[in-house]
Amino acid sequence: MVGPVNASSSPSASPVPSLEVTGLAYAYPDGHQALFGVDLTVGAGERVALLGPNGAGKTTLVLHLNGILTGGLGGVRVGGLPVEKKNLAEIRRRVGIVFQDPDDQLFMPTVREDVAFGPAASGLRGPELEARVRRALEQVGMEEFADRPPHHLSFGQRRRVAVATVLAMEPQILVLDEPSSNLDPASRRELADILRSLDVTVLMVTHDLPYALELCPRSVVLSGGVIAADGPTRDLLCDEELMRRHRLELPFGFDPRTVTVPA
Amino acid sequence: MGAGHAHRLYREGSSPVHRLPPHCKIAATFLFVLVVVSTPREAFAAFAGHAVLLGTVAVLARVPAGFLLKRLLIEVPFVGFAVLLPFVARGEQIEVLGLSLSVSGLWGAWNILVKGTLGVAASVLLASTTELRELLLGLQRLRMPPTLVQIASFMIRYMDVVSGEMRRMRIARESRGFETRGIRQWSVLAKSAGALFIRSYERGERVHLAMVSRGYAGTMPVIDAAVASRAQWARACALPAAALGVCLMGWLVP
Repeated sequence: MVGPVNASSSPSASPVPSLEVTGLAYAYPDGHQALFGVDLTVGAGERVALLGPNGAGKTTLVLHLNGILTGGLGGVRVGGLPVEKKNLAEIRRRVGIVFQDPDDQLFMPTVREDVAFGPAASGLRGPELEARVRRALEQVGMEEFADRPPHHLSFGQRRRVAVATVLAMEPQILVLDEPSSNLDPASRRELADILRSLDVTVLMVTHDLPYALELCPRSVVLSGGVIAADGPTRDLLCDEELMRRHRLELPFGFDPRTVTVPA
Repeated sequence: MGAGHAHRLYREGSSPVHRLPPHCKIAATFLFVLVVVSTPREAFAAFAGHAVLLGTVAVLARVPAGFLLKRLLIEVPFVGFAVLLPFVARGEQIEVLGLSLSVSGLWGAWNILVKGTLGVAASVLLASTTELRELLLGLQRLRMPPTLVQIASFMIRYMDVVSGEMRRMRIARESRGFETRGIRQWSVLAKSAGALFIRSYERGERVHLAMVSRGYAGTMPVIDAAVASRAQWARACALPAAALGVCLMGWLVP
């Protein structure tokens, strides 16, 4: 595994895309088909928003990225490595998923142990582990809270710790499921600042279209189990016909044409 | 459990007892209880000796008597049976304050009462000087089956989440005019309990998903290992060792 290791040490210089999804189709055991052939390539260092109405198959797609769901048609590669049973440990180290409810993500008694869980599961111990945990907490500005139990934190703080638990695994690609849900405007902005400061590929699943515009230069629309559109976020949001067709709506008074996106 | 992690039994402090490694304290408490249980019930002085030993530990741990006694009340429902024994047991009877009591019943009640109280006092001391988390680390160190330790640790973590959910369900019920009055409302409460169970079960599935996503493969990685020096073990074992001395005296000196 020489190639993949090199790729992870310098993600922005690597020509291998962080994520390649080809022809992915999946039906749940009860027969409900959620994905009908998804093709998606995310280059190293890109920040991409995955937009789509409820029931479009967004969560199903996300659960394929680290091999929680498998067994359909097509394939997923992360940094060139196919998602297969024998690679699962490495795949899960490379793909960091931040789930929607931080109470599901934070299951250890203290913040520090929770952030340490991932790297410890992959065999890291001692001072190296400590350093990894400290760095991940610094990246999200939560280092003072290391010894607090998660349920004593505010919702915004818990969301940031949830991001840190995944960053501690030094993933190649960070997958966020509705990162801005339930956050107050200040926590929302703080999280955006954190995400912008990270040098990592980001795939952000969201309904929050202004947030997608603010953070992701590129967006894809998943609708009816296929990628229905792929392009610069502003262009997609300005295409009223496309938006209407896929039940995507901008908040009242928000005009994507007039917004300046921070660099 | 509004206090969350700082559980109600725990008392902040940095006494020598607080600083001992958790697994030493658990082992010492367990051994002490074993010794107390094996002390003959006729040896009144020995039990006084055990109590003095525990009192010394409490002083060292700077746990005030009032704090300790209040928490001892948890024992009350369990000793109800012991109080009944002198009335129901058969055999030789004795008159006390006009009541006819069984002698063997009295001995039995005394035996349960004194040994139970000493055991509970020792556990309360352990809990008031050791944080919940540390207790779990200690149990892990003492080779308690990892599944049991994990269950206990998840219980601590999710106690507040689940009780918060329960509170919100109650508020939602009452906001729609529901009042608990008598047996007819029980079916509503039972359905709420069922819904709470299903919600918790589904949360369990989501938590498991999050764990698997971060590389969980069946065992929890050991992040903080509790370690103890020989001196710490010696200090922790001073209590059961002294109690053993007292116990032997109880057997040898009639």
